[in-house]
Amino acid sequence: MLNFHRFKSFPHGVHPPDIKAATSHKPIRRFPFAPFLVLLLSQHAGKPALPVVREGQEVARGQPVAAADGFVSAPIHAPATGLIKKIGPALDASGKMAPAIVLEPYPGSGQEMAWGEPVDWERLAPREIVNKIQDMGMVGLGGAAFPAHVKFTPPKGQHIDTLIINGCECEPYLTADHRVMLEYPEEVLLGTRMVQKALGAERAVIAIESNKPDAAEVLSELLSSQNTANGNGANDSISVEMLETKYPQGAEKMLTKALLGREIPSAGLPAVVGVMVSNVTTVAEIGALLPLGQGLTERVITIGGKGVERPGNYLMPVGTPLSFVLEQVGIQGQAREVLFGGPMMGKGVAFLETPITKGVSGILVMTEPELPSDGKSFPCIKCAECVNACPMHLNPFMLGALARVSAHDEMAETYHLFDCFECGCCAYVCPAHIPLVQLFRVAKTLLRQSEGAA
Amino acid sequence: MKSKYLDMELRTSPHLAKGLGVETIMRNVVYALLPLTAMAVYQFGLSALLLLLATTLSALVTEQVLCRFSGKRSTLGDYSAAITGLLLGLTLPPGFPLWMAVVGGFVSIALGKTLFGGLGFNIFNPALVGRAFLQAAFPVAITTWHAPFVPARFFEAIPASLALPFVKAVTDGISGATPLAAWKFEGQFTPDSALFLGTVTGSAGETSALLILVCGGYLAWRKMLDWRIPVGILGTVFLLSAGFHWINPANPPPLFMLNSGGLMLGAVFMATDMVTSPVTPLGIWLFAGIIGVLTVVIRLWGGLPEGVMYAILVGNGLAPILNRYTQPRVYGTGRRP
Repeated sequence: MLNFHRFKSFPHGVHPPDIKAATSHKPIRRFPFAPFLVLLLSQHAGKPALPVVREGQEVARGQPVAAADGFVSAPIHAPATGLIKKIGPALDASGKMAPAIVLEPYPGSGQEMAWGEPVDWERLAPREIVNKIQDMGMVGLGGAAFPAHVKFTPPKGQHIDTLIINGCECEPYLTADHRVMLEYPEEVLLGTRMVQKALGAERAVIAIESNKPDAAEVLSELLSSQNTANGNGANDSISVEMLETKYPQGAEKMLTKALLGREIPSAGLPAVVGVMVSNVTTVAEIGALLPLGQGLTERVITIGGKGVERPGNYLMPVGTPLSFVLEQVGIQGQAREVLFGGPMMGKGVAFLETPITKGVSGILVMTEPELPSDGKSFPCIKCAECVNACPMHLNPFMLGALARVSAHDEMAETYHLFDCFECGCCAYVCPAHIPLVQLFRVAKTLLRQSEGAA
Repeated sequence: MKSKYLDMELRTSPHLAKGLGVETIMRNVVYALLPLTAMAVYQFGLSALLLLLATTLSALVTEQVLCRFSGKRSTLGDYSAAITGLLLGLTLPPGFPLWMAVVGGFVSIALGKTLFGGLGFNIFNPALVGRAFLQAAFPVAITTWHAPFVPARFFEAIPASLALPFVKAVTDGISGATPLAAWKFEGQFTPDSALFLGTVTGSAGETSALLILVCGGYLAWRKMLDWRIPVGILGTVFLLSAGFHWINPANPPPLFMLNSGGLMLGAVFMATDMVTSPVTPLGIWLFAGIIGVLTVVIRLWGGLPEGVMYAILVGNGLAPILNRYTQPRVYGTGRRP
């Protein structure tokens, strides 16, 4: 497909309505403490954290309550000063029981952070920066919740030349990254320099979709004023780049292709092609917290959807129960579904008492007219819309046909099923309303299970 | 407070849809065919109107009866039977006996579509299956052409239209040769402008290349028609016939080839049938190229003056294998699966 736009982009993909206007102008506001905070021990990819407090213990805001269990794990810090009520199972967003620490904040518990020792980051070695990032319990805040320090430790012998800061926020509804770039540009740039130093990357590119020109402008201006102050001129290793507004522009494979023309090999990490992609809010939090030596206890979340009375962008303590969130922002109309994340890749929440975790970038309360009408699906008419939409250049039509007859092995071996990252473009465009992504998800799960059994 | 949550659902992502449904696409194809229908009625009068009504109603009734018969929900609402009926009628000569048209509509739906499992499962374009059947069963009736713009066309039907089943058709006073037949059998060329505007004889809906392009352009603009297929077919036919015309000027010139016969209708409305065309980019171009080559070959060397129908049917038959061997290169891999 030819690209007639001025901005860099990737082939295929879709243009869903962006639906960001309801919250994109709303400044980030602090959310109150809930009566109870539920800190799931597994709120990052990898091994669950290990509790380092006991029931009945008093903790201060910012104090570690659980430590990382090994390398691929992250610690958890107390979001409020209060009492540890319970260490035991709680229901997570998918409705499964998971170990958690329940914290009861003291009434009138303040916002000031008592814990943490300031550090002069410029004197830290790259390795020490990575360790500090692990100590703060940082995970990828774009949604994957992969421990950040693991990501920032590329395999030996692989050199990262370009750090891509992902400010695309290509999911409809979500505006949290947008607000962070507008309100915390200094932290964004500072965090970018820290991660760049940790990786030894020659350059960093802050990638922003063309629907957020104000964010690009704020960052570019700050960058040039910093360079003028330093006497750097225009010779900065950080640049700001606008990309076409297209979904899924913010997927790391698409972003790498769009910005650098490099393709991350199938089943490979971006480091293989010398690239590291990090979410913009992740680096902003690193920029804000690392110099203070503090841990990640809250995150910016967009609350939106037609079912919400007071949509906006909120700085939310980790562990806040969803039911408390919904009470505070108000539910209106015929709310049909609550999502964590954006509408294209977000997960429906099975249990409304479930707590907010570090990986939740958005909470959407969807009403009937916003959701696709379901129930009626047609046979595939082979319109090829899915083939033309798939950013991975897979053949969802063929994969869907094979899924119908449970030919899962052929899906994986001949049609690259495991290269599908479930962005949802195929199901979004399908005029026959075939739940393609769900068919692929089921096939992958069954294949993984049979592999485990073998 | 709690009561607000009672109606909650748990769905899987994506939680958004483009909202363009099969019915919407098919309905717009019907809209795009209506100007062609109107043109056919304007040119050929009552006979064309009756013919199109006969094929369309026959297709709709067959669809409804077979749905009822197999215990399925009625699929009339997806408009695909209406498209099949209209397209079939547009490929038949006005004055074609109505009872044969009804048989054609039945065959299109019953043998061309329902037998395979209904919409989405058929291999061949149903309207062309019906037409191929009629061509084989009634070769004379389907090649008996009538002159357009007969003054009394709105008040009386061509007598052959009303022929009774299995009775030898009445021969007409006013008949004419199609531009392709005139070239094939008499070596005469019709002027390009007449072909383009459609002031010639031929099947009900295939005479005006201009109108077909406009209607197809509408669908392509709404992204309900893959522009690569007509562009590929017409481009192939143009280049190939230009070459043959250059080698031997007795062969028809490329513009004549493009604008005459059913090529325009076939390339724009028949070959683009989503169900029976490939889905991969390379497959689509190959499919179009094959149809273009076959059309030229049949027209120049075949016994019949027209070859579009068979070219498209062959293309339809090849579509699954084209899909299979033209997989796009997957991101991050160096090979085709």
